[in-house]
Amino acid sequence: MACRVLASRAASYLRISVPLRNFSTVPKELKYADTHEWAKVDGESAIIGITDHAQDHLGDVVYVELPEVGATVTQGGSFGAVESVKATSDVNSPVSGKVIEVNEELSNSPGLVNGSPYENGWIIKVEMSNKGELNSLMDSDQYSKFCEEEDAKH
Amino acid sequence: MTKIQAQNVGSPLMNLIKLRGVPILQQLHLEEKLLRTSSDNWCIINDGTDDPTVVMGISGKPAELIEIEPVLQDHMPVIKRFTGGGTVIVDQGTIFVTFICNKDLIPGLQPYPRPIMNWSSILYNEVFRGIGKFSLRENDYVFGDHKFGGNAQSITKNRWIHHTSFLWDYDIKNMAYLKVPKRAPEYRLARGHLDFICCMKDYISRSDFIDGTTKAVGSHFSLNSTQLASIEVPSNAEFTPSTRLLSKQELEAAALSQTDESSA
Repeated sequence: MACRVLASRAASYLRISVPLRNFSTVPKELKYADTHEWAKVDGESAIIGITDHAQDHLGDVVYVELPEVGATVTQGGSFGAVESVKATSDVNSPVSGKVIEVNEELSNSPGLVNGSPYENGWIIKVEMSNKGELNSLMDSDQYSKFCEEEDAKH
Repeated sequence: MTKIQAQNVGSPLMNLIKLRGVPILQQLHLEEKLLRTSSDNWCIINDGTDDPTVVMGISGKPAELIEIEPVLQDHMPVIKRFTGGGTVIVDQGTIFVTFICNKDLIPGLQPYPRPIMNWSSILYNEVFRGIGKFSLRENDYVFGDHKFGGNAQSITKNRWIHHTSFLWDYDIKNMAYLKVPKRAPEYRLARGHLDFICCMKDYISRSDFIDGTTKAVGSHFSLNSTQLASIEVPSNAEFTPSTRLLSKQELEAAALSQTDESSA
C-alpha cells in the first residue's frame, strides 16, 4: 500500500499517466466524464474519445457509428456508438457544441479505439459552445478514483 | 395494467409482456422505444413472428452477409436492427426473449457486454436445468457445440437491452439466404449453418420453454404482467427508431457491389 502511494506521488510529480489497479492508463492532461469518455482541450475545440478503461471493458471494437460533421452535441448526450462483441454502446459527449471533425479512419480501422484510445482512436472534434462545462468534468486523479470505486462495487 | 401474483415480493419490478406472432419489425421498434424512453424494466417474450425475415445487426453489410439475389427474387424482407451482433433469419419457429433493464437493476452487474451476457446465462441455466448440455459458448447459447440461441445487446448511459432469438424450429431452405459470416465464433470451426445450429424443439416444448423462462424471471424479479396496448411512455418522449427495413434499391446496390467484387 505504501509503495502504491509512493508510486502515485512520483507519477504525479513527473506528470505521467497514472495506472489504475487494472492497468488502464489515465493521461494527466485530459478531462473525463463519468460515462468514460475523455476530452482534450484544443483552443476553443475539444477532441473526444473513450478511455482505456472503457475500451478494456467493452472488448474488441468492430464498428464505430460516427455523427455527421455539423451535428450538434450536448453534454452528457449520446452522439454515436461503438459495437463490440454483440453490443452497441452509446458514446456520450463530455461537452456541448458542434461536431467539426470526425475520425474517418475508424470506419476502416475500428480497432484503433482499443489499440490507441487517446491518440489514433479519437472519435470526434467539437467546437465547444460553453467552455465552462469543462469544470464539471473529472481530472485524471478523480477519474482514476472513480474507476476504482466503480470496479470495486462489482 | 394488472398485477400478476408477485412471485417475489420486495424484489425489483419487471414488466412482462407476452406476445404471439408479432412482426419482428414491430417488436424491435417497441424494444428500441422502451430502451430509449422508458425508465422501467421489461421482459418481452414473442412466441414466433409472422413472416420469415432476415435481421442484421447495426453494422451489417448485406453484400457480406446475405445471398442478395434470392432475397430479392423471393421478396424476403431485410431489417437492420439497433443492436450489435450478427445476422439471423426469423420466422414462426423463432421464440424471442428480451430484457430491457436499468443499469442498477441487478446488484453487482457492470453494464458492459460480457457481464450482461454472463448474467443472462445464469438465468437460462435455470430454464434448461437437466435439459441438454446447455451453456453460453462465447456469445451464443448452445446445447453441446450446437447453437440454438443468438444474442445481441445495446447499452445506453443508464439502461441496457439483451435480446435473444431462440431457434425452436427452423425451415432449412431459409438458411440458404444467409452467407457464412467472416466474423464467426471460434467454436463454429467453419461449419455450415446446418452443422452449426440445432433446434430447441428436440429438447423442450414451446410452452415448457416459455413457462420455464417466465418462472426463472419470476424467481429474480417481481413480475407485472402487461398488455401491449397499455404500455405507457412519457408523452414528451421524442423518439424515432433507427431499426428499419432495407429498401429494394439498397439491396440492389448491394447486389451490384457483390457482382463487382466477384468479377474483380
